[in-house]
Amino acid sequence: MTIEVIGISVLWLFLFGYVIVASIDFGAGFFNASTIVTKKHHIVNTVIQRYLSPVWEITNVFLVFFFVGMIGFFPQTAYYFGTVLLIPISISIILLALRGSYYAFGTYGTKGHVGYTLMYGVTGVLIPASLTTALIVSQGGFIRETASGRIELNYVALFTSPFAWSIVVLSLVSVLFISASFLAYYSSVAQDKKALKLFKKYTWIWSFPTIVTALGIIVEMRWHNPAHFEGLVSLWWLFALSFICFLLSLWLLKTRNYGWSFIFVVLQFALAFYAYGVSRYPYLLYPHLTIYDSFTNETMAYALITVFILGLMLLIPSLYLVFKLFIMNKPYIQSGK
Amino acid sequence: MDSVEFSRYLTMLTLSVHVIFATLGVGVPIMITIAHWLGLKNQDEHYLLLAKRWARGYVITVAVGVVTGTAIALQLALLWPRFMEFAGQLVALPLFMETFAFFFEAIFLGIYLYTWDRFKNPKRHFYLLAPVVLGSAMSALFITSVNAFMNTPQGFTLVDGQLTNIQPLVAMFNPAMPTKVAHVLTSAYMTTAFVLASIAAYHLLKGNRHEYHRKALALTMKIALIFSIATALVGDLSGKFLAEYQPEKLAAAEWHFETEGEAPLVLYGVLTETNEVKYAIRIPYALSMLVHSNPFGVVTGLNDIPEEYHPPLVVHYFFDIMVTIGIWLTVLSLFYWFALWRGWAVIKTRLFRILLVASGPLAMIAIEAGWWFTEVGRQPWIMRGFMTTAEGATDSPYVWVMFIAFAILYIILMIGTAVVLTRMFKKNPVERELEKLADEQRSVAK
Ligand code: HDD
Ligand code: HEM
Ligand code: HEM
Repeated sequence: MTIEVIGISVLWLFLFGYVIVASIDFGAGFFNASTIVTKKHHIVNTVIQRYLSPVWEITNVFLVFFFVGMIGFFPQTAYYFGTVLLIPISISIILLALRGSYYAFGTYGTKGHVGYTLMYGVTGVLIPASLTTALIVSQGGFIRETASGRIELNYVALFTSPFAWSIVVLSLVSVLFISASFLAYYSSVAQDKKALKLFKKYTWIWSFPTIVTALGIIVEMRWHNPAHFEGLVSLWWLFALSFICFLLSLWLLKTRNYGWSFIFVVLQFALAFYAYGVSRYPYLLYPHLTIYDSFTNETMAYALITVFILGLMLLIPSLYLVFKLFIMNKPYIQSGK
Repeated sequence: MDSVEFSRYLTMLTLSVHVIFATLGVGVPIMITIAHWLGLKNQDEHYLLLAKRWARGYVITVAVGVVTGTAIALQLALLWPRFMEFAGQLVALPLFMETFAFFFEAIFLGIYLYTWDRFKNPKRHFYLLAPVVLGSAMSALFITSVNAFMNTPQGFTLVDGQLTNIQPLVAMFNPAMPTKVAHVLTSAYMTTAFVLASIAAYHLLKGNRHEYHRKALALTMKIALIFSIATALVGDLSGKFLAEYQPEKLAAAEWHFETEGEAPLVLYGVLTETNEVKYAIRIPYALSMLVHSNPFGVVTGLNDIPEEYHPPLVVHYFFDIMVTIGIWLTVLSLFYWFALWRGWAVIKTRLFRILLVASGPLAMIAIEAGWWFTEVGRQPWIMRGFMTTAEGATDSPYVWVMFIAFAILYIILMIGTAVVLTRMFKKNPVERELEKLADEQRSVAK
């Protein structure tokens, strides 16, 4: 394995971590708000609050890790993505800022204002949509070179592309699917029967749209980026495994193994996420950047990897502590203490 | 105006907002630690409650610190893509480590907050603060070393535009780093102490006579005095550093044009068209003393530096504001401490309390002034000697739109923070919380 590949694998891991924890968080915000409208809020509120309170900052750090690491390992991405994505990423920052701070205001400050909850729900769907722009742009075809040699985003192409919109839809439905599946599990540990029933229903509702849009995107890729499509097809067995995990997770949900069901949802996404990542190798940005020509110098790469390993040695025990104290702690989940 | 200007303004805006919360983020953990420790040692409910209430407010400021920090970290790539592409190869290490440090801090802060009554041995709970204090100080250290690097880049060789011989640790431990990190840390501790002192003084000013606020004020003012002196001492070292490595910045700050010995320190005043200083306060020999600890030491003037590398001369005022506030706050806290010791009643007068209430905001202004001084004083460079600000900037024509959007965002965040913090503490006053504690203890005793 070359050092470039190690670098991108580390980053891909952070991104995957972010996708999972952030999906749970975004989806929870959405359910929290949408149930106000459907008058089922009292059912879900406790479970969601108890999970979110201690972990929201940790979610944010995964994102920061990803992009700081990206600039560290592949500094040229700063130039390309930085120049092109000024507007979409600024929108994401603003939404993330409103979401994070108003969550804190609502939870630690003044309790229970409906406005905070609604804001939390709306940003929960808008952020995945705006963040996926980065992924869509990286598929190529949306960057235009101007006469003066500048690069810029082709907004018309972006907004009129069915391919782009399908990815946005996929991001939304998978957020809701992952989140519902986790919250079903979390409510089962909390022995909150009503919440469990509701989240179980949501998991079923969002499961099939996820698979359908994912398949749709693979098909669309054929026209959008034939080379990448070839790559995807050659890894068909990974996607097939991912699909099997999906079926297993639903079967486990039906047979009330909520924990395992969630684990298979994560596996399903992990397989698809890594298969997708491998299939686009070596491109970071079609067709401008590969992991090889944008790579930092070796000294920095080794320094970063060393720090990464040392950092993990510090973080994994601490995260384990959080896990034990809050996320998987039955008395805490059940009573909030 | 073009995108370079707007990028500069947007960076300035985001950082000026972030630094308010970052400063508190660095300083509050140490205050909580001291109060918590005093509480455990003396079995004093007041200090414990102090730690608890500070920690509760701290969660809110951390949250805003996190979101504004995320904003500036992304904006560095969005607004300065060329700079990040270049500097990323050299200083990615401290940037990466900052994230780890913060992660570490955030995890233990979360645990600390949610486990007040979960440990059988209260000391265990107290020890959770160690990683919080350490993590926040390391955060500041790493990020400041990046900024220091922009001022005195080293640890690489540039051959025909290609970077070679890269040494990340040498880049991180550059000449500007020791004084900068020390000054940032001491000033953060100092500022936080004054901000918390302001709050206590405010309650006393409003006529609240509770022990709790008196203890809070006495404690924070003592800490403030110690760190004011430390800040001034390190500030002096920072001046000596500038004279050696960035003489143009110091000369601009002092409106010092001719290279000469026996240089006076110039405070305030105005500059005429022909670069004459008028209406200024001059402290004879003081600049030479600051730079060389010797009244006859020679200080480089701006006339010996090529015109195109002159920083904007407005930094003079930023420097003056910082130093004036620094000296004023040192005197104020020294006087308070002395009066407390001698039992003078002046410190209980209305006027004196108003001065104390003003101290927190003043310290924060000094922080902002200090940063504007050092950042504007680095112009025209983004990376001194290697890349100018204009070369580093994005060429996107939409930066001005983003500037407006972010300005609105920060207004919302600042108002939100202020409203939530005041409501949070007003709704749950100290007296009520102490009563509740007493009740609980009685019921436990039964
Ligand atoms: C409470 C805040 C505060 C106070 C009272 C002072 N400073 Fe300061 N100063 C800062 C807060 C600060 C800062 C915000 O932290 C800066 C900006 C960048 C930095 O490294 O620290 C700074 C920068 C800074 C620099 C520029 C360093 C550089 O560019 O590398 C110098 C020379 C001084 N200070 C000197 C002083 C002196 C002689 C003071 C005398 C009392 C003083 N400061 C008080
Ligand atoms: C010297 C000035 C700075 C200091 C002292 C400082 C300190 C801090 C502190 C203490 C926090 C934690 C939040 C809190 O406790 O309030 C924080 C958050 C953050 N800061 Fe700053 N910061 C500074 C400048 C910057 C700059 C220039 C960047 C951009 C690279 C930055 C990036 C961040 C990020 C990304 C976070 C969020 C943490 C995360 O989610 O990982 N900071 N900063
Ligand atoms: C947190 C306290 C800080 C404040 C209040 C602050 C303030 C400012 C100001 C006023 C400018 C505009 C200067 C001008 O264009 O005239 C600026 C520029 C800039 N600052 Fe800082 N700064 C801070 C810390 C940092 C740190 C720690 C870094 C490094 C990671 C940093 C990186 C930059 C960059 C890249 C620019 C744009 C380039 C330039 O104008 O030279 N700043 N900042």
